[in-house]
Amino acid sequence: MDFDPVLLARIQFAFTITFHIIFPSFTIGLSAYITTLGVMWMRTGDEKFHRLMKFWIKIFAVSFAMGVVSGIVLSYQFGTNWSRFSVVVGNVIGPLIGYEVLTAFFLEATFLGILLFGFNKVPPWLYTLSAGVVAVGTAMSAFWILSANSWMQTPTGHEMRNGVAFPVDWFSIVFNPSFPYRMAHMLNAAYLTTAFVVLAVGARYLLAGKFVEEARTMMRMAIGLTVILAPLQLFIGDQHGLNTLKYQPIKVAAMEGHWDGSKPGDFHIFAWPDEKTETNRFAISIPRGSSLVLTHDPNGLFPGLKSVPASERPPVANVFFSFRIMLAIGFYMIGAALFGAWLWWRRKLFQTRWFLRVVSFTWWSGFVAVIAGWVVTESGRQPWIAYGILRTADAISPVPGASIAGTLVLFVFAYGIVFSMGIYYINRLIAHGPQGSAVKESEGVASRPLAAAAKAAGEATGN
Amino acid sequence: MEWYLPVLWAMLIGTAVALYVVLDGFDLGVGILFPFAKDETERDQMMRSIAPYWDGNETWLVLGGGGLWVAFPVAYAVIMPAVYLPVMVMLVSLVFRGVAFEFRTVSRSKKAWNFAFAAGSTLAAFSQGIVLGALIQGIKTQNGAFSGGHFDWATPFTLLCGLSLVAGYGLLGATWLVMKTDLGVQERARSHAKALLLAVLVCMAAVSLYTPLAFERIAQRWFSIPNFYYLWPIPAVTALAAFALWRGLKKERELSPFFATIALFLLGYAGLVISSYPYLVPPSLTVWDTAAASSSLLFMLVGTLILLPIILAYIVLVYWIFRGKVRHGESYH
Repeated sequence: MDFDPVLLARIQFAFTITFHIIFPSFTIGLSAYITTLGVMWMRTGDEKFHRLMKFWIKIFAVSFAMGVVSGIVLSYQFGTNWSRFSVVVGNVIGPLIGYEVLTAFFLEATFLGILLFGFNKVPPWLYTLSAGVVAVGTAMSAFWILSANSWMQTPTGHEMRNGVAFPVDWFSIVFNPSFPYRMAHMLNAAYLTTAFVVLAVGARYLLAGKFVEEARTMMRMAIGLTVILAPLQLFIGDQHGLNTLKYQPIKVAAMEGHWDGSKPGDFHIFAWPDEKTETNRFAISIPRGSSLVLTHDPNGLFPGLKSVPASERPPVANVFFSFRIMLAIGFYMIGAALFGAWLWWRRKLFQTRWFLRVVSFTWWSGFVAVIAGWVVTESGRQPWIAYGILRTADAISPVPGASIAGTLVLFVFAYGIVFSMGIYYINRLIAHGPQGSAVKESEGVASRPLAAAAKAAGEATGN
Repeated sequence: MEWYLPVLWAMLIGTAVALYVVLDGFDLGVGILFPFAKDETERDQMMRSIAPYWDGNETWLVLGGGGLWVAFPVAYAVIMPAVYLPVMVMLVSLVFRGVAFEFRTVSRSKKAWNFAFAAGSTLAAFSQGIVLGALIQGIKTQNGAFSGGHFDWATPFTLLCGLSLVAGYGLLGATWLVMKTDLGVQERARSHAKALLLAVLVCMAAVSLYTPLAFERIAQRWFSIPNFYYLWPIPAVTALAAFALWRGLKKERELSPFFATIALFLLGYAGLVISSYPYLVPPSLTVWDTAAASSSLLFMLVGTLILLPIILAYIVLVYWIFRGKVRHGESYH
């Protein structure tokens, strides 16, 4: 049987990176939330905040571990599966990843140790500060990796010599044209994702009549944040889209299912883009909607898919449908946040059970939106791996398809176990709730050596 | 190209790899020794002794791999496809043993994650040994790209290297436990350390005899005059370190065995570097053949020289915060 190495390597990368992105989208926001709780605890002295902090740290620990190990895999896949990519753009992208390791990975990993195991060994301010350092570390990590990804989308600041990219201007490499938009969009998405999980957990407790005080606090904090960030995300996303139209117009054409650039674009609420006939089937559309959004003019024109040969187009259906999934969830989030804020204002937030049921069910909304958004931007970049520099098909390693297929099976198997167990454990931690201890056994690991032992440990260093 | 930039980078990455081997070595080693613990209380104690550090330790692996890509993209692009399967197996093993830290704590039955932790640690160590062996024995290249067979890495020599590293990490783990624990765990670790020391010495001797016999370039490096005059202290000091380690274990010292093991590791590592330098991908590609653009090397160098001391400072802080022993029954109820 013949395996196509490029296709298999793409499936493998898509699988491992999709698995990975779930955890950063959550831990970026969660570490910031834990820090906020720590600061509130220190300022008010209210034990409620401390209980919540400890509760979320346990969930953070499980999620972060999965994020770390799945991230290490990615850093090696550039070489194992995409060695031509490593050679052609390594001079430019390599240092960005290098800075991610130096400014973020060590910071997160080291201070996480204090956060998880240091509660009885360090003063409260250092404990809370460690949470803050972890939060800053996760955001810095996002900064560098998004810079690298954005450069792959909108490369600037380099020159090509013998088919290899050489850096010319580091500032314009790091701050390439799509980076500020992508950074704002993703960071905001990460905070929204976490806020919707916190909201869901709060609603779940209220429905069950458990941990009422903590649940109300979580819901208030989550609604307060999302009512600002969710509408803001629509604005950032719109700006990001305009930026993409400028630099990667064909990606936008695929997002809109816009084939013929000589006519204004309709916004298709639903359609089935048919790449063979180069038309949309079953379209339900808002006439000139896309033109209005993208050019601020109902008669405005923007490039269509037919302006380039089929071999230069991304897989239209992937991009088109993922974009709609992301949009739908985005509008749901705005609706839920605004409605929740209204209920809060009318003092009915904690009593409106149908609303609690809806938000407790949609804990996953941020994750799905993030994944869908990444499918839009990554599929939309095809057939390029680095836009205009290197095609995905030319970036592959000299590795036989069978090896890639074999390791793909291995990853699906391994991640299947790890992911399902991870979700199961997180769910159990949530079910136990923010008590003195979430799970009996976990107290030990999460920072509870006996005071006497800590003293003995201090003495032991003397010898 | 400035000739010294690749040399500086080779030294930096060499340091990162050495730090990785020593630091993740001891926590992988504790994983390798995990099945020999008597009960869950002992396993809790063992895991607790490394839990605050493992994540930071493993980050050196990312820096080593990432650094190789940053500074020597051509070498990275040759080595990774050449050792594809061992690297992938190592990564999946690290996934299992990494999540085992947290999963074991929250799961009701610990058996499955005990196994994942022990097997993952052992297999990761073994795969790293295979990769090391594959590098030493050389990788076939053509025009700066990998051109060998996909199972070139599978030889009796790489098997030996795999086993050596399992024994070596086991020794690091055992002497770490001697230093950081007490009672049953410590006593058992001490007796494991003695056995593992013998195994490590046998492995080191085998590698030291085999490589000059099998590879002309390595024999040339060590036994030509005047090289021999400069290099003979290395095996001599290695023997001294091994002796010091043995005495430390015999006299039930708590700190010296761990540091003697580190010395043993660094000396063995230095020996391998001497055998191969300046080839990054023996026998054909040197550090200069594979280096990134000077501008990239410089851009990273500035940041590294500023950031690395800061990183080392806060790592030392964490080791200091968690100084002292993890006592029997201390952490888990």
